[in-house]
Amino acid sequence: MERIDNCFEALSKKGEKPLIVYATACDPNCKKSLDIFKLILEYADMVEVGMPFSDPLADGPTIQKAHERALSSGANTEKVLELVSKLRDEFKEKPIILMGYYNPIFIYGEDKFIRDAKEAGVDGFIVPDLSPEEGTEFSRKVKSLKLSPIFLAAPTSTDERVKKIGKVSGSFIYYVSVTGITGERDKLAYEEIEKDISRIKDITGKRTVVGFGISKPEHIREMYKAPDGFVVGSAVVKKIENNDMKELENLLKSLKSATKL
Amino acid sequence: MYRYPDEKGKYGIYGGKYVPETLMAALSELERAYEEVKKDKNFQEEFEKLLREYVGRPTPLQYAKRFSEYLGNGIKVYLKREDLNHTGAHKINNALGQALLAKRMGKKRIIAETGAGQHGVATATACAFLGLECIVYMGEEDVHRQALNVFRMELLGAKVEVVKSGSRTLKDAVNEAIRDWVTNVRTTHYIIGSVVGPHPYPMIVRDFQSVIGKEAKEQILQAEGKLPDMIVACVGGGSNAMGIFYPFIEDKNVELVGVEAGGYGLDTDKHAATICKGKVGVFHGAKSYLLQTEDGQVTPTHSVSAGLDYPGVGPEHSYLFEIKRAKYDAVTDEEALKAFQILSRTEGIIPALESSHAIAWVIKNAEKLKNKLIIVNLSGRGDKDVNQVKEILEERRDLRIW
Repeated sequence: MERIDNCFEALSKKGEKPLIVYATACDPNCKKSLDIFKLILEYADMVEVGMPFSDPLADGPTIQKAHERALSSGANTEKVLELVSKLRDEFKEKPIILMGYYNPIFIYGEDKFIRDAKEAGVDGFIVPDLSPEEGTEFSRKVKSLKLSPIFLAAPTSTDERVKKIGKVSGSFIYYVSVTGITGERDKLAYEEIEKDISRIKDITGKRTVVGFGISKPEHIREMYKAPDGFVVGSAVVKKIENNDMKELENLLKSLKSATKL
Repeated sequence: MYRYPDEKGKYGIYGGKYVPETLMAALSELERAYEEVKKDKNFQEEFEKLLREYVGRPTPLQYAKRFSEYLGNGIKVYLKREDLNHTGAHKINNALGQALLAKRMGKKRIIAETGAGQHGVATATACAFLGLECIVYMGEEDVHRQALNVFRMELLGAKVEVVKSGSRTLKDAVNEAIRDWVTNVRTTHYIIGSVVGPHPYPMIVRDFQSVIGKEAKEQILQAEGKLPDMIVACVGGGSNAMGIFYPFIEDKNVELVGVEAGGYGLDTDKHAATICKGKVGVFHGAKSYLLQTEDGQVTPTHSVSAGLDYPGVGPEHSYLFEIKRAKYDAVTDEEALKAFQILSRTEGIIPALESSHAIAWVIKNAEKLKNKLIIVNLSGRGDKDVNQVKEILEERRDLRIW
């Protein structure tokens, strides 16, 4: 929690907002993935480490394929935590967030999972198929270890739901910019997104970052004002799929520069 | 008194709503709309009228005399003839009910998933009948295995979306349907074909299917003057079983038996026997038994019957198993294939391969069923399977009973 709050505050003093980058852990394998995440953390302010799952139903084709590659390389929860722990050794201050579907967490055991993740150096959790209704216990456990549960809010979330989401969330809320799955989009509904994020911040009083569909610097510039941070996933994963580290670095550079005023 | 699901959509610890936030509002909307139509006489009358006039209900409860004689041991079997429904299986009961509900909710775009194609055909049929747009997701593997059903759906005006992700079968078709629903949730209703998925789906599908059990209860009382000793039904997701079990849950003397797909055998990893061999997990929006690895990855399944080839199972089945109200067992592909032939020859009924699993269980356990009065839910007819069985029996002559 502390690392996350510090990150927001330190950047805000510099007139910046966090660039949050998602990649799937152990894609294409755990060894290569470590190097990729190290490169990502040179530019990103926070990183979202995706836990591979056989049925990622909130994800589009790009990230689905990343999950398949990771699983066929033998990835599992232990290996993801190992990867995090190695990253943490090198990057002491940057927040690391785990993003994973609920079943592998449930099977690993909620309590053990949260403990081991903390031990590895994780700061927060996003579980896309865990609603506030089902996730109350999980949220309580995460908060009790001073880590951050991060819940999703969507354009379809009613005010009443947003209130619930605010209650169970830790340092920030993750606003899903589209009704849909992850994946690159040409254009986004900037005005609506900014309006909706303001609504969520008003209701919950919490920082709100935006993700799903963001792939280019102009996406960030076009709606810079309302969100407190920007998540980029599929565009990055695509470069990983193409095994193009130079292109990945260029993309990260341009995205990061867009998050500075 | 058995009153499930509870207000959180749970059956004990099972069920619930494990879905991305985007869908939560839609699930609440569906819940509200369903509660309304449940109390709405006009809706219920319209649904009953369509079941009568369009589907052909009530379906007969037929005394299977020659099959009973084949079993011997004083066993008396009645077949609940869901195979005689329009479109050839019980799936139409739910598809029509949900399509009516969607219309009531003002949603004109319908999506569905299908494995073998029975639910897809039923949904395409209901949509054609009610003038709704219909998109059916079907795994690439199944599209090849069930080419005729693909054409059937297209003939009925539906668009079949071929799913090429994951294992390219039913579970991936469900994933893709959910992804579509997340994207088009404001205009679209997702008609799930079994008692699976997030609340309120398992309840809605059960309720629409429970017409099977209600009729069977009246019919057996009329025919025999008493309730049966046992009801046997096959379980994939478990909608036909839930439909016939539900009205009997409080009749404690009626044994309920769910038969899962044992594939090549429960000691192999090629089966779809979720309750027999799985562990509790969270999949497709609900907590229930699940076939999975030690790491919580969902495992590929196998069954000769595409309709049972699914790694999950309805949460209410998990609950009935836990409280020991129902028992669950499995039969293998080979046992089902034999039953397929035996029923054809003793009753002149070619059963669906799914339903053949229920028949096979009775055959296999005949020795232990002395003097029992049994209802088997014959959930569908086997026309769709004839080609596949022909190919298998040509290759495996040892499985032929003639």
